[in-house]
Amino acid sequence: MAHFFLYTTIGSILLIVLKTFAVLVPLLVGIAYLTWMERKVLAAIMLRRGPNVVGPFGLMQPFADAVKMMFKETTIPARANRFLFFLAPVISFTLALAAWVVIPTNNGWAVANLNVGVFYLLALSSLGVYGILLAGWASNSKYPLFGAMRATAQMIAYEVSLGLVIVSVLLLVGSANLNDIVLAQRHIWFCIPLFPIFIIFFISALAETNRPPFDFAVGESELVAGFFSEYSSLAFGLFFLAEYGNMILMSAMTSVLFLGGWLPLFDIAPFNWLPGPFWLILKILFCLFCFIWVRSAFPRYRYDQLMRLGWKVFLPFSLIWVVLTAGFLMATGLLPNGGVS
Amino acid sequence: MTVILFYVFAAILIVSAVMVVSARNSVHAALFLVLAFCNAAGLFLIAGAEFLAIMLITIYAGAVMILFLFVVMTMNTNLVQAREGVQRYMPLGLLVAGVLVFELVMVALNYKIDPKIIDVVSQPNLKAIPNTTALGSAIYTHYILLFQISGLVLLVAMIGAIVLTLRHRPINRRQNITRQHMREPVQTLEMKSVNLNQGVEENGGFLRPKDSYYGIAEKDSFGPSPGDKMDITEKRQKGE
Repeated sequence: MAHFFLYTTIGSILLIVLKTFAVLVPLLVGIAYLTWMERKVLAAIMLRRGPNVVGPFGLMQPFADAVKMMFKETTIPARANRFLFFLAPVISFTLALAAWVVIPTNNGWAVANLNVGVFYLLALSSLGVYGILLAGWASNSKYPLFGAMRATAQMIAYEVSLGLVIVSVLLLVGSANLNDIVLAQRHIWFCIPLFPIFIIFFISALAETNRPPFDFAVGESELVAGFFSEYSSLAFGLFFLAEYGNMILMSAMTSVLFLGGWLPLFDIAPFNWLPGPFWLILKILFCLFCFIWVRSAFPRYRYDQLMRLGWKVFLPFSLIWVVLTAGFLMATGLLPNGGVS
Repeated sequence: MTVILFYVFAAILIVSAVMVVSARNSVHAALFLVLAFCNAAGLFLIAGAEFLAIMLITIYAGAVMILFLFVVMTMNTNLVQAREGVQRYMPLGLLVAGVLVFELVMVALNYKIDPKIIDVVSQPNLKAIPNTTALGSAIYTHYILLFQISGLVLLVAMIGAIVLTLRHRPINRRQNITRQHMREPVQTLEMKSVNLNQGVEENGGFLRPKDSYYGIAEKDSFGPSPGDKMDITEKRQKGE
């Protein structure tokens, strides 16, 4: 059996397909229930009940929403660029899913254990802008275009500080492989020595996923629904899934880079009985809870302040932090050499 | 398998590169360029240069082309108008193209690796270390000077662009967020009892912040100075 999967062509392709399903199916269920969790948590914070009619505790609500969305009419604006109009949600959704191949769920458990895993994630998150930009342009309508422009400027601004924060982490690890990054946190999670940039990473992740308080791309009080104003039915559904998929992805990145990935809280008896993927899911849920918590606690930023925060505060700070980290590692001789003699 | 992948990537790359220069819609042209970058990244991956592949996507497709699209989408360029002068500029264009083709052919015919390069360049063992590490250990040791100089060139280009676009206009109203947060109501608010049925004119004219506000506001952030009675909009209308 092992021989079939590892050494024959059909077997290895089948193995990749099976691995992909093993990641995608829980992920899609997770996305569906994230919408439920968001509504429940928001409701709890606002002293409401949240969805509680469909199924026990409203647990079937995501499926009711999905069915409702499928039976909506698909509308296309006049003179919209049809091909790009439908390509945009597909790009968004595909990229949100494709990033998951490198996330390790346990020691060595990743669909593809890439040596450039972190950079792969950065590349996909920078490509994610195309989904939004194309949706805004192809709709041939003014609010989507405004929303797309805002979202693009915002995502580019925060990608830069995100990249520099990741460089600081890589300096400590000496490898861009996500598996190595988690293993390097066996003794101490990076959120403790790198606490200031952990916070910067989290805030940048909020801005990168266009979540409140940085949700200018879909600022509903200003731009109707931003870049997907003109979308309905399944195309809208794909954007919706992509947004929540990106939230889970960013939470997973935060967990892997700063919260020790699949590693237990303490490596002692009651904690290390639980398997690694369970710990990863717990950490992702914690980050997602913070995402929702922030949404309910803070009002929307002003757009110029958002740009100022990205370019004038986070960028210089994370740049200085890279220099400080490198200097500290050089001075103490702790710099990992990454296998170069 | 790899050979088939190579031809698929190469074919799409060439087709999309042709489409970049022949597409009628400039947004489509830019998007074809993105497709070309992605396929070039695929070629890099086949060659085993995974770091270069990822960086090509991150930097060119993810940053440079986004800015291009930004400009193209907002400027509403008209390609038919742009092609009006083709007849006039054709000879010059052909000359430049001819020189470039000549150079390319000369390079292609006389191409060989310098036998001494082995002694000069340290060649990392690509089988033993990942190519991110290999690139880093070459760039930051043997080529550190060239690397720094290229960084300087980029810095100069950046400063040039900023200098060209930065204009100091006194009409600009800047905001200092720290000062805005430190502001107290007593510094900016003045309560006036206004008589009924009387407009602004009867109550002392245009209401402006108390003088103490100008002490804490950033210079040039509030338009006219306290002594200046004329409103900034009036100034604009008079063309001053």
